[in-house]
Amino acid sequence: MQKFSAWSLLKEAFGGQQGWQPQWRRATPKAEYDAIIVGGGGHGLGAAYYLAAEHGLTNIAVVEKGWIGGGNTGRNTTIIRSNYLFDESAQLYDHSVKLWETLSQVLNYNVMFSPRGVMMLAHNVHDVQVFKRHIHANRASGVDNEWLTPEQAKAFCPPLNIGDNIRYPVMGAALQRRGGTARHDAVAWGYARAASALGVDIIENCEVTGIRRDAQGAVAGIDTTRGTIRTRKVGVSAAGHSSVVLGMAGVKLPLESFPLQALVSEPVKPAFPCVVMSNSIHAYISQSDKGELVIGASSDAYNSYTQRGSMFINAHTLAAICELFPAFRRMRMLRNWGGIVDVTPDRSPIIAKTPVKGLYVNCGWGTGGFKATPGSAHVFAHTIAHDEPHPINAPFTIERFRDGRLIDEAAAAAVAH
Amino acid sequence: MLLIHCPYCGQRPELEFRHGGQAHVARPADPSATSIDEWADYLYLRENPKGLHAERWRHVHGCGRFFNALRDTTTDVFVSTYRCGEPRPDGGSAR
Ligand SMILES: Cc1cc2nc3c(=O)[nH]c(=O)nc-3n(C[C@H](O)[C@H](O)[C@H](O)COP(=O)(O)OP(=O)(O)OC[C@H]3O[C@@H](n4cnc5c(N)ncnc54)[C@H](O)[C@@H]3O)c2cc1C
Ligand SMILES: [Zn+2]
Repeated sequence: MQKFSAWSLLKEAFGGQQGWQPQWRRATPKAEYDAIIVGGGGHGLGAAYYLAAEHGLTNIAVVEKGWIGGGNTGRNTTIIRSNYLFDESAQLYDHSVKLWETLSQVLNYNVMFSPRGVMMLAHNVHDVQVFKRHIHANRASGVDNEWLTPEQAKAFCPPLNIGDNIRYPVMGAALQRRGGTARHDAVAWGYARAASALGVDIIENCEVTGIRRDAQGAVAGIDTTRGTIRTRKVGVSAAGHSSVVLGMAGVKLPLESFPLQALVSEPVKPAFPCVVMSNSIHAYISQSDKGELVIGASSDAYNSYTQRGSMFINAHTLAAICELFPAFRRMRMLRNWGGIVDVTPDRSPIIAKTPVKGLYVNCGWGTGGFKATPGSAHVFAHTIAHDEPHPINAPFTIERFRDGRLIDEAAAAAVAH
Repeated sequence: MLLIHCPYCGQRPELEFRHGGQAHVARPADPSATSIDEWADYLYLRENPKGLHAERWRHVHGCGRFFNALRDTTTDVFVSTYRCGEPRPDGGSAR
């Protein structure tokens, strides 16, 4: 792998940038692998990287039906935070935030992690109570989260309108300073590059169409649009298409897939210092390093695989943005798009073994799994390598729905982020 | 915005309706005689098809009534709408 450093950049600058090599090998499927990951998003590529780097499994492949990072990884608004309510979630998301903090160095790839602070606005008494409860719970489990008055919120984010003459006045905010954003594509590319260097095959334009089982019912291989590949272990990280892929092995999970949308404005000079989320009125916003305002809307009300979403959902979000940040009223929006997110009944993910031997699943991240990419990939790799969950993902089973041990983060995650 | 055909009022804009989740989900008649797995399925497991989906809708800002619809989740096209109590028109599985 060609290392990135000040020296290599300088050398290429003088060499006319002609010496750069492709970031990952363009692999063709082999007849057999020790393990296969279905889905080349950040979660799948990350799992492959950790399987190779930490568990010594290098004869493995990531199979992606389109191009890597073309799913939700490349479509999300990149908010990273770990101030979820329950201990199980706080552990999982904080594991991830800790990995984000060193990810650029570990991968030798700039994922542009920017802990600029994530502020969640409270607009009514219920919000205030819920956020304060979160703050206390987070502090008890060692996760930073603090309460701000409206004036403190405005000091942290000057464009914010804290006037009381708006429809949903700001009554305060919860701030996680370690939260922030990262560059979505870089996460996929950085993991792909590092995994490929360790021998992992990244196979793009290859859709999985079937999962083969042996006489005992265990995983024996996969059928793809580029032929059959033998393997004893399959890890599914297919986000919105998890139900479809798991259905190939007859496994049904409590998931529903919904469109979720985002949009960006024309680029402007730095005007917005942090990330602001408003769960109650369904709007969240940050500014990318390119200068675009990145705005997220809520998900559609009905399950769908259309990957576009309804127009009036965006209009609703923009109305809220214009009220909270009047300075942005005249900005033009450049692009909008949708992704398909897989939602569980308790809004917590499933990272677990399945009833089929050799089949593992990492899904149910719904509207908020980008922040979890490194942590989830890390514990998913452990689960696949050891055929046992890591202590951090042990509570995130399929059986929790049967046993009534839900990890109900609906309050923390009901809005898209 | 979609136009949805309410079996009672006719074609109306999507904003007048509320989605009610999967249709034809029957509560087990005798919960105490139902296995824990069947009960979990009843509570949490929903079909999530990439294709035809039988689902409930309610015309909240209209007649207020519930009805069922068959919608293709790859296009959002409504194939048909029908009254509660009527069977799924395509004869598909009604779990
Ligand atoms: C608009 C939007 C905004 C969001 N905002 C945030 C946010 O601010 N913060 C946050 O934390 N999260 C956010 N999310 C959620 C986040 O994007 C996802 O939870 C996360 O990126 C999921 O990563 P993944 O790698 O599991 O999925 P993906 O990146 O979707 O990867 C899954 C891959 O599987 C592939 N695949 C599917 N079926 C097959 C098949 N049969 N064969 C081969 N490959 C297949 C797909 O092509 C896809 O590339 C947002 C999502 C959306 C859509
Ligand atoms: Zn009606």
